[in-house]
Amino acid sequence: MANNKMTAMLQWVDERFPLTATWKAHLSEYYAPKNFNFWYFFGSLALLVLVIQIVTGIFLVMHYKPDASLNANGVPVAFASVEYIMRDVPWGWLIRYMHSTGASAFFVVVYLHMFRGLLYGSYRKPRELLWIFGMFIYLCLMAEAFFGYLLPWGQMSYWGAQVIVNLVSAIPVIGSDLGVWVRGDYVISDATLNRFFSFHVIAIPLVLLGLVFAHIIALHEVGSNNPDGIEIKKKKDPNTGIPLDGIPFHPYYTVKDIVGVVVFLMVFSVIVFFAPELGGYFLEYNNFIPADPLQTPPHIAPVWYFTPFYSILRANTINFFWVDAKLWGVIFMGLGVVILFFLPWLDRSPVKSIRYRGPIYKGALAIFVVAFLILGYLGMLAPTPGRTLVAQICTIIYFLFFFLMPWYTRIDKCKPVPDRVTK
Amino acid sequence: MKTMKKLLLAVLFAPLTVLAAGAELKLDRAPDKTRDVAALQNGAKLFVNYCLNCHGLSYMRYNRLRDLGLSEQQIRDNLMFTAEKVGEPMTIALRRPEAKEFFGAWPPDLSLIARARASEFGSGADWLYTYLRTFYRDPSRPTGWNNVVFENVGMPHALWELQGQQVMKDHKLTLVTKGTMTPEQYNDAVADLVSFLVYVGEPAAEWRKQIGIGVLLFLAVLLVVAYSLKREYWKDVH
Amino acid sequence: MSSDQKVDGGRRNLVLATAAVGGVATVATAVPFLASMAPSERAKAAGAPVEADVSKLAPGEMMRVEWRGKPVWIIHRTPEMLASLEKTESEVSDPQSQRPNQPEYAKNRYRSIKPEYLVVVGICTHLGCSPTDKFKAGAESGITSDWPGGFLCPCHGSTFDLAGRVYKNKPAPDNLEVPPHTYLSDTRILIGEDKKGA
Repeated sequence: MANNKMTAMLQWVDERFPLTATWKAHLSEYYAPKNFNFWYFFGSLALLVLVIQIVTGIFLVMHYKPDASLNANGVPVAFASVEYIMRDVPWGWLIRYMHSTGASAFFVVVYLHMFRGLLYGSYRKPRELLWIFGMFIYLCLMAEAFFGYLLPWGQMSYWGAQVIVNLVSAIPVIGSDLGVWVRGDYVISDATLNRFFSFHVIAIPLVLLGLVFAHIIALHEVGSNNPDGIEIKKKKDPNTGIPLDGIPFHPYYTVKDIVGVVVFLMVFSVIVFFAPELGGYFLEYNNFIPADPLQTPPHIAPVWYFTPFYSILRANTINFFWVDAKLWGVIFMGLGVVILFFLPWLDRSPVKSIRYRGPIYKGALAIFVVAFLILGYLGMLAPTPGRTLVAQICTIIYFLFFFLMPWYTRIDKCKPVPDRVTK
Repeated sequence: MKTMKKLLLAVLFAPLTVLAAGAELKLDRAPDKTRDVAALQNGAKLFVNYCLNCHGLSYMRYNRLRDLGLSEQQIRDNLMFTAEKVGEPMTIALRRPEAKEFFGAWPPDLSLIARARASEFGSGADWLYTYLRTFYRDPSRPTGWNNVVFENVGMPHALWELQGQQVMKDHKLTLVTKGTMTPEQYNDAVADLVSFLVYVGEPAAEWRKQIGIGVLLFLAVLLVVAYSLKREYWKDVH
Repeated sequence: MSSDQKVDGGRRNLVLATAAVGGVATVATAVPFLASMAPSERAKAAGAPVEADVSKLAPGEMMRVEWRGKPVWIIHRTPEMLASLEKTESEVSDPQSQRPNQPEYAKNRYRSIKPEYLVVVGICTHLGCSPTDKFKAGAESGITSDWPGGFLCPCHGSTFDLAGRVYKNKPAPDNLEVPPHTYLSDTRILIGEDKKGA
């Protein structure tokens, strides 16, 4: 009886909205390769972190005040409102720590998700647009993190924004005017705080959601890649038209991803409940001091997820081609991100997956990863001549990995790719 | 993959010599008394008597001190000198312009000092513990005091009556005038005060850890169930 | 979902178990978020009981105290004012304050612990305007010639007597609210709490 009523109700909806059809197309009859491994957890986890950030963000906005003026105790209102959340709002500390840990978790998950793409050639034809949407998501995340970091209005917030906004002043002719326009003032100020707040809570999230939607639609159009880099759609059951190596996303990958989600939540909880500062990497110590426009902290460093690019920015110390080092630093930093967009066309290997690539690509990828990690590490430290030299070498490696890719991927000795996916 | 791992290791460790850190700040390890209620109460008392004249704890409400096992009446009677209501924050009467005149600077609010002073050299507690024990006489300073970990500090030694007076001789601190406490007693008192400041830095910290244990245990149960479910379904996949 | 799916008891139990434990997790997660919308420590501190000193309040005078953002009136009533309450007894709709939401000590003619001091929340029970005091008897106050003194709400014309009792056939349904309060001493009133808190 109840079942009949349910069916009738579902039919009523389906005649007006493609509920069952959507469910089928994207879950119960979306066929994903059956050989996904560890690296394939991070897409769904990124979605989970997005939800965590949106929900905690909504509740934080109920209490946070983007106001740089000083309160009666001489503390900026914005800074004080964060401590208000941490102390006076019931459970506010939990929501805030979830949001601050979530920011770092987002980058952990997304970097691993992107690295998966590098391992298995997930950006290769026909997934170029999927990759590009993903890259735009990554850009949005960086913007979101940058704008959000100013909001607590601590010393790191303030001076981090100061340094990064000053990068636009490297642009010839209009640079300094542009800097003033971005800040809405001659220094980082209340005007800057309010516009960053607006970008952080509404503008970028809107774009981000649209891009995530496009990313998933593109994925479901072309189908998921897999660790073998084989198109499962090429081998279909002649009767049903279902890929032989495919299994319905629901229930098989939903139940698998739930396990991934729980494991992730355990790691996430360990940080939120036992080490929310994570040794100064997730919450920087200097940011517990309210912003002071008259005093720069002795050592400022961006949060860990920006440090590889920050290192590239600082690595450039020479003027050449009539352009000064500062501008080159900005150009290289930008290029370091933008070049990732072109990966689908830089890679000329006959195979997609690392499993069937030759030793050259494996070596190149390993060196690249190491260089990227070193850049990240150096970005957290104060520069010394020795460190700058290492950063310069790593920057060159970083770019060579991409610029030489069309050449070395072609001459690499690849292994034969099997017809069907392997275990 | 094996070659990749080897390469990774080799390249990772090679440049570490170049990256060795620069100036060292040597800090004494502060004893952790954040779970010792008596120590925290003593720390609160020391703070109210010696620090709260100039330094506020403006995010800390008096009635929150119930965390330390005190009743509202005890808080009112023993710790509240400036505030009217027990729900008020622990602010100071001193106003900004006056403070600037007295000290040349605004004595910072100390609500978050234990978190802000953490660095790669040690926790914020270590820094505070060392700082409060390394004041020495320096006639060249306007206050007559200097400090080992905070060079040319603006604050005079507020606890000197307890500790006595130290001077710097051949890069070593020596006690020249005795205080009302022995060095051991003084170290203990400072440890209490520092633990109190650690508590004030994040009053919910203990509660947070307790909840964390519950959350993890629960997630462990969920993991077992979810993993069995996954195994059950994946029996179909060959 | 699909018809070819095996119906398997063990599998169903596992689905139910996961849904149950996951459901508990979801609810448990929702709790802190919903709780965060409750009044914060700051709001609670601001809404804490306030003390009023009535030692300097002359007979016939009124003072205002703010409690939880609402005006609380304390009126030191003269013997004549108290006498007027006897006369208005028949004209007000709830003379003994029998309707609920009143502390026990408001359920009498004077609606107070000590007859001479009236403590009421100065907000009309109709739609939340704050009535004005019209203590002077007679038409001078601009109401009626037999007006014995009391309060008039400017919004919709509700009238209250000097015990905050609403007159019959007025828009306001109830007498003015008496907040919980207690005497700390003869002249110090704690508003917002019946008994001195621990």
